[in-house]
Amino acid sequence: MHNDAAAAVEPILELRLAGITKRFPGILACDDIALDIRRGEVLALVGENGAGKSTLMNILAGMYQPDAGTITLNGRPVRFRDPSDAHARGIGMVHQDFMLVPNMTVAENVALGLRRLHRCLRLDLAEARRLLLETAARHELPVHPDAYVWQLSVGEQQRVELIKTLCFGAQVLILDEPTSALTPQETDDLIDRLKRMSAQLAIVFISHKLNEVKALSDRVAILRRGAVVFQGPTTEQSPADLAALMTGREVVLPHNEGRAQGGAAILEARQLQVRGDRGHLAVDGLDLSLHAGEILGLAGVSGNGQRELAEALTGLRPVAAGGIRFLGRDCTHTGVAARIAAGLGYIPEDRHHEGIVPAFSVQENLALKDFATRRFSVGGLLRLRALADHAAGLRRHFDIRCASTAAAAGSLSGGNIQKVILARELAREPRALVAVYPTRGVDLGAQEFIHAQLLARRAAGGGVLLISEELEELMNLSDRIAVIYKGRILKVLPSAEATRERLGLLMAGVIDGE
Amino acid sequence: MGNSFRIGYGAAVVTAATLAAAGAGALALLAVGASPLATYATIFTGPFKDLFGVSEILVRAVPLILVALGIAISFRSGIINIGAEGQMLMGILAATATALALKGLPGWALLPLTLLAGAAGGGLWAGIAGLLRARLGVNEILSTVMLNYIAAQLYTFLLRGPMIDPGELETGSGTPQSMRLPRAAWLSRLVPGTRLHTGLLLALVLAVAVYVLLWHTTWGFRLRAAGAEAKAARYAGISVERSLVTAMVLSGAFAGLAGAVELTGVHHRAIENISSGYGFAGIVVALFGALHPAGIVPAAVFFGLLLVGADMTQRTAGVPANMILVLQGVIILAIVSAKMYLNNAYAQERARRMWARLRRPSSAAPRPGGLS
Amino acid sequence: MNPGGMVYNILSLGVPFSVALLLASLGEMFNQRAGVFNLGCEGIMCMGAFLAFLPPTFLKAGPLAPYGNLLGFAAALGGGVLLGLLFALVTVTFRADQGIAGIGLQMFGWGLSGSLFRHYIGGVTGVEGMAAWPIPGLARIPFLGGILFNHNPVVYFAFLLVPASWYVLYRTPWGLKVRAVGTAPRAADSMGIHVNRVRYQALMLGGAMAGLGGAYLSLCQAKMFADDLVAGRGFIAVALVYFGRWSPLGILGGALLFSLAQTLQLSIQVGGIKFPYEFAVMLPYVLVILVLALARKARMRGPAQLGVPFDREMRY
Repeated sequence: MHNDAAAAVEPILELRLAGITKRFPGILACDDIALDIRRGEVLALVGENGAGKSTLMNILAGMYQPDAGTITLNGRPVRFRDPSDAHARGIGMVHQDFMLVPNMTVAENVALGLRRLHRCLRLDLAEARRLLLETAARHELPVHPDAYVWQLSVGEQQRVELIKTLCFGAQVLILDEPTSALTPQETDDLIDRLKRMSAQLAIVFISHKLNEVKALSDRVAILRRGAVVFQGPTTEQSPADLAALMTGREVVLPHNEGRAQGGAAILEARQLQVRGDRGHLAVDGLDLSLHAGEILGLAGVSGNGQRELAEALTGLRPVAAGGIRFLGRDCTHTGVAARIAAGLGYIPEDRHHEGIVPAFSVQENLALKDFATRRFSVGGLLRLRALADHAAGLRRHFDIRCASTAAAAGSLSGGNIQKVILARELAREPRALVAVYPTRGVDLGAQEFIHAQLLARRAAGGGVLLISEELEELMNLSDRIAVIYKGRILKVLPSAEATRERLGLLMAGVIDGE
Repeated sequence: MGNSFRIGYGAAVVTAATLAAAGAGALALLAVGASPLATYATIFTGPFKDLFGVSEILVRAVPLILVALGIAISFRSGIINIGAEGQMLMGILAATATALALKGLPGWALLPLTLLAGAAGGGLWAGIAGLLRARLGVNEILSTVMLNYIAAQLYTFLLRGPMIDPGELETGSGTPQSMRLPRAAWLSRLVPGTRLHTGLLLALVLAVAVYVLLWHTTWGFRLRAAGAEAKAARYAGISVERSLVTAMVLSGAFAGLAGAVELTGVHHRAIENISSGYGFAGIVVALFGALHPAGIVPAAVFFGLLLVGADMTQRTAGVPANMILVLQGVIILAIVSAKMYLNNAYAQERARRMWARLRRPSSAAPRPGGLS
Repeated sequence: MNPGGMVYNILSLGVPFSVALLLASLGEMFNQRAGVFNLGCEGIMCMGAFLAFLPPTFLKAGPLAPYGNLLGFAAALGGGVLLGLLFALVTVTFRADQGIAGIGLQMFGWGLSGSLFRHYIGGVTGVEGMAAWPIPGLARIPFLGGILFNHNPVVYFAFLLVPASWYVLYRTPWGLKVRAVGTAPRAADSMGIHVNRVRYQALMLGGAMAGLGGAYLSLCQAKMFADDLVAGRGFIAVALVYFGRWSPLGILGGALLFSLAQTLQLSIQVGGIKFPYEFAVMLPYVLVILVLALARKARMRGPAQLGVPFDREMRY
């Protein structure tokens, strides 16, 4: 089924999708979508999180089956029953979560997908290596065939993904949010490369970052709630036009206007050392200080110790060395429950498996940290009435969309799950709140709401440590921005001085000379 | 359309699973030369022929209820206890030793102490596996299965040696069994002329207690949270390790209690094969009862029926006793398969669309709509 | 009995005693590498032991008698493949919980083998077993010759399977697919590999090997069949995969270790040392728990998706 590179497969001049519809339980992901992809040009697929972009491309790549609609290639209808069908026709996709086997080498990963290398009892790794190096040279993408994938950095893994798709003979290259894990400089680099590659290929690139869309694409298609609302040349649209089309209305995200209250330090880390899952020091001598009445942003490429830092601060990960103080008292080794009781809130990165118990009802989740307090229990027995009232009130105030508070929390949409988590944490009025990627995968309307809530917490005298990948969000909301790199804080900038360029350099480890 | 479809879908899955299980059982029966129809008929109607048969169903149901309640607690807390068989044996040993050692005490003291000893014996035995899982991450299915084998050997050793009835040694028959328990440690008979005893009432009371524990107390909330999503439970400050051990000990305690109840209610002495597979059957009952006391009690009665009926077919039609194991295995496979279909929203969605397409072959695209 | 003689006995018995465990465990290794753990291995071994027992018993007097053992192994292999297929249907297609489904399969196999035996054969009958094929020359080496080179052909086959399994897993395309499917099924799927199909294949292979392991027990080791013949070896085989860190060589080491524990038990009794029978029987099971408790670091390096069913359409 797998053919040699472009030679045996007819060149793709045009790929047309028509009437594509796809549903998941409770969600209409794609609604009668029509799209044109042409060779030699870069098409940007734009939309808010949850608008259906990834789903649509997954259908094109053969991972999902559409419920209705047709795909025609050079005018003839085709059907991709699984990813190998799509590969055979020349469709290659670089997913947001890389599709690589971590404990195998790069060459083995490529060999996995090349059927012609599978000679009954012998695996032709030498051929895979040769093909890799040849493709890498042709497109100027350096690669190490014998490196294990888990040893590579995120940027290197992405390069491997690109080469892998090219080795499989991709003529249509789909990239799903390729810059989400890159520094601004790496992003610029990728955009240049893609521009050069676009001459021989058709490139579709999914993004919600409008400045990148403007820089790279020739045409843009905008999705909103699963439907295409605009398709046309990029040059005619300004980023503001694109944003308006994406959301269907004017959205002004809340902005941090006021001056920091300059309160006392409530959450401090001193020379913190924390081990990651693989035993290495993910946090390596980190100093940080969060004050009452401020939002402290933490910028950095994901994988530089943010997750381990957040877990150490909240007590979910042991500290190897150094100290943490909360409200002036040392809490380096106190347990999670004690920190929760003292007023530390946490909005975790993994909202589906950590922030909620998916099988529990919304009501139970809203009291997940307080069920044993006097308010909700007496002598070990739960006060179900009090729980129900509490849930009803929070549902109203935070506008949580669910059939009832008895519904399983796991069945809610991502944005609503985030609202449940937010509602629970904020209702406890935490003195310090650690929020990790709170608006990832959430639509602009919910983002607006979450930002407003964070600012309100700040106004009420609480401190918020905002860990985020979105520079705009950080610059918008923070009083100060710290940049984390390889487990250490490189610098803390007041928000007035935090520009995209400066932050970008710091995120890449370059301390400007001042 | 939503709810009625969901109910229909659920019923279809359950029916398919039941038919598959019954069919597989029928095939197995054919392989041993028995007629499936005749066997099923005997199993389902035989016990009802007289009062004794009906009472026997309930007699079998009592240990099943108790074991299944413990299994439900453990499964819901995220730890899979396959060791009920061994925990029952340890409970019986502890109960026997206690009853014989404290012979002189009056009934109102001796009986509860005996039962408590049984619970403690089972709980401690299970606690070993619980600690191994919580502290060292040892797979609890493997450790509890191993502990079953170890318990069986210990039981045989003690019954043949230190705990053997001195009377056996005198008469020289050497049957591995303990001395008869003092009358004070016997559970009273509920219905004269049958073997049904007050253990039934105890089981029913405990069923209610387990319901309250799991859904109405903070303790139960912690257990269920740790079982449903350990990561989130840890995030919320719940000690998952402590929940696992607690659940395992409770689960073992119920199994040990089941053993003690069988001892004091039915046999009145420790004998070989006393547990007769209740430990494994209890797992099936728990699954069948959807891990909820309200489902477990009727499921236990149903299984009591199966067990009594299977005994009858063994005597009348010569169907080997192991067939009940075959049936249990088939039922487990059917239940866990069906469970995934029932819980899986994606499978349900696919079925719904297939159903819609069958009912409206003319219209191509389904109507766009919102939530299900 | 002199100590040297006892050591010789223990070692020379230990080698063939490890065969059943080795076969079943190597098969389970393939299962687990592909992401599925099959606790029903015990039940498959029971059925394998029974099915293998049938041909030699019924063909004893007839013209096909010399082929009895061969047919027995073939029957056990076929039965193992079918049971592996059944388990794959339940855990891969129906995506049921693997642990509980495994216990269900174990009960099924255990009960069915016992019932069928009681119905078709009943009573205590024995088979001849298999003659040893001493390797010429090597078998005459003092001490080691008797331990390593004087066994029936199945023993040699089982030990040869160790390097063969290593080769299959690490040097063939299928082995590459198996490893990919157990660690990163999404990635494998995106590259056109049929994740579920590979898992089916691994489970059928694992079932076949477990069946062979059971066949060895009834045909060569005990030379009879009884309900409690397998006595938990299937579960021990599963534990051995963890202990051996999912590698053939580690599994070989584990299998030898366990069989030595068993032969130690026998030697103690034969040697007249006063030790309660039941405690000696307990030894292997206690050893499993100890081994599991001490080997906990190994679990971190197991296949990442072990125990997780695969569904392409699931978004999380």
